[in-house]
Amino acid sequence: MTPLLQVDGLTVVPRAAPGRCLVSDVSFTLQPGKTTCVVGESGSGKSLTALAVMGLLSRQLQRTRGSIRFQGQGLTTLDAEAMRRIRGRSIGMIFQEPMTSLNPVLTIGHQIGEPLSVHLGLRGRALQARIAGLLQQVGIPPERANSYPDELSGGQRQRVMIAMSIACEPAMLIADEPTTALDVTVQAQILRLLDELKTRMNMGMLFITHDFGVVADIADDVVVMFRGEVVEYGSVDQVLNRPQHPYTKALLACVPDADGKKPLLPIDYAWLEQQPATTAANLQHSMSEPA
Amino acid sequence: MMTSPILTARKLVKTYTQRSGKFGLGSHSFRALDEVSISLSAGSTLAVVGESGSGKSTLARCLLQLLPLDSGEVLFEGRNLATLSSAALRQERRNLQMVFQDPFASLNPRMKIGEIVAEGLLIHGMGNADERRERVLQMLKRVGLQEADMQKYPHQFSGGQRQRIGIARALVLQPKVVVCDEPVSALDVSIQAQILLLLKDLQQEMALSYVFISHDLRVVRHIADEVVVMHQGKVVEQGAVEAIYAAPQQAYTQNLLNSIPGRRAVAA
Repeated sequence: MTPLLQVDGLTVVPRAAPGRCLVSDVSFTLQPGKTTCVVGESGSGKSLTALAVMGLLSRQLQRTRGSIRFQGQGLTTLDAEAMRRIRGRSIGMIFQEPMTSLNPVLTIGHQIGEPLSVHLGLRGRALQARIAGLLQQVGIPPERANSYPDELSGGQRQRVMIAMSIACEPAMLIADEPTTALDVTVQAQILRLLDELKTRMNMGMLFITHDFGVVADIADDVVVMFRGEVVEYGSVDQVLNRPQHPYTKALLACVPDADGKKPLLPIDYAWLEQQPATTAANLQHSMSEPA
Repeated sequence: MMTSPILTARKLVKTYTQRSGKFGLGSHSFRALDEVSISLSAGSTLAVVGESGSGKSTLARCLLQLLPLDSGEVLFEGRNLATLSSAALRQERRNLQMVFQDPFASLNPRMKIGEIVAEGLLIHGMGNADERRERVLQMLKRVGLQEADMQKYPHQFSGGQRQRIGIARALVLQPKVVVCDEPVSALDVSIQAQILLLLKDLQQEMALSYVFISHDLRVVRHIADEVVVMHQGKVVEQGAVEAIYAAPQQAYTQNLLNSIPGRRAVAA
């Protein structure tokens, strides 16, 4: 079976300093109907990886190496026009902050309808019906279509983001920390909703998070990133229960558990001493930068 | 565990009025705190948990008299803070300090770290310039920073380091009660554990009592002795942390605990 998404050797550098790898030789695959979680600390390159897949890297950054194949098609060789047809149509994306990613001067109905009219050419009553249906799907009363983002709670805004991203029933959904800003009960609802949608639409999900609890709940495969590199990649059971890499072990050890049985440990970087020189050099570099 | 309460709040009520309607001419009010009573034992940690909008940050600010209360009283070592004169209240504030949530917004970007941490000492007229410098230095070293850091500005530090500065600023006055409002929620999980351990160590060393405001139930399980669960301005449930996590009595608490991510996998 061809994977839905295949990222191979992805490398991203700043244009101003091409010697410094922000994302270095990252490879992973995603199957339809499955969830791959990318975990790591801030600055580990997980969001950049997602943006690179979408072709949304800022001008200061450059993808120097690596291929990204989506449904067997290479995304890196497409021009802006072709990429625009894929974004929002076959690949949906949920951004981290629902407060800043929605346009405050447009109604949520308008914003959810935009991908539908652009990609599917829906107009008028058909469009309104679709918007109402989507709102219902994410648990917002359809009458709220005329509300503005500031009239909604944080959880509701994130639901609007989800409705937008799944409007065209994409084959793949990229979710960048979609629940980080939310309360636990709302987070649980949103995760359940995403899981349901994933199953119903056989959607592949690339889910970026720093929360191992969330990983345990939703992931099929896990990619652990550290300072731009993939340090471990495997099934959720393998990574969480039998971690191989010392960084994964150290990171798992400092996650507080809900039962309070595990002693709290500060993160341990002792393993870095034993790493090959290249990693150590890269590390020195990123350590000197204020995070 | 010690049992004498150092800080007690009785039936705190705080109402916010919101403008609403056309041109904001109408108004409606809601109770952010609805007869909230809590009690903090000396040397222990009381965690206040709840979702956003439950009133936990309002409670933190009302405990320190940073917001005026509508009714109710806050007793610190038996004295009612609301009846103190402003000069006397300022005196007491030495013993009541706060660590804020956002390490990026709570430090003045134009002040050097040495000045930020020394400001409280200056306000309370403690020591001369040399003594103050020495105390600031000791405190910064204790939280894991160096002497050279005194001359730096906040933007030169990472989030975890800034939170350490915030802790140093609160503790340099040797307070008795520290209110921590989501002190680790803006930090990476790897940094979170370091800060929590630092707070625990300092509690032992300096005999501190913490009011720990948090929405992260996993963190609370590790740091708290007692827990207060708040929902819509009311206390839903309170008690020892083990008891509440093991056998929550209220449906709301049960729902909250069941929403902790990763529980399903652990249980399975």
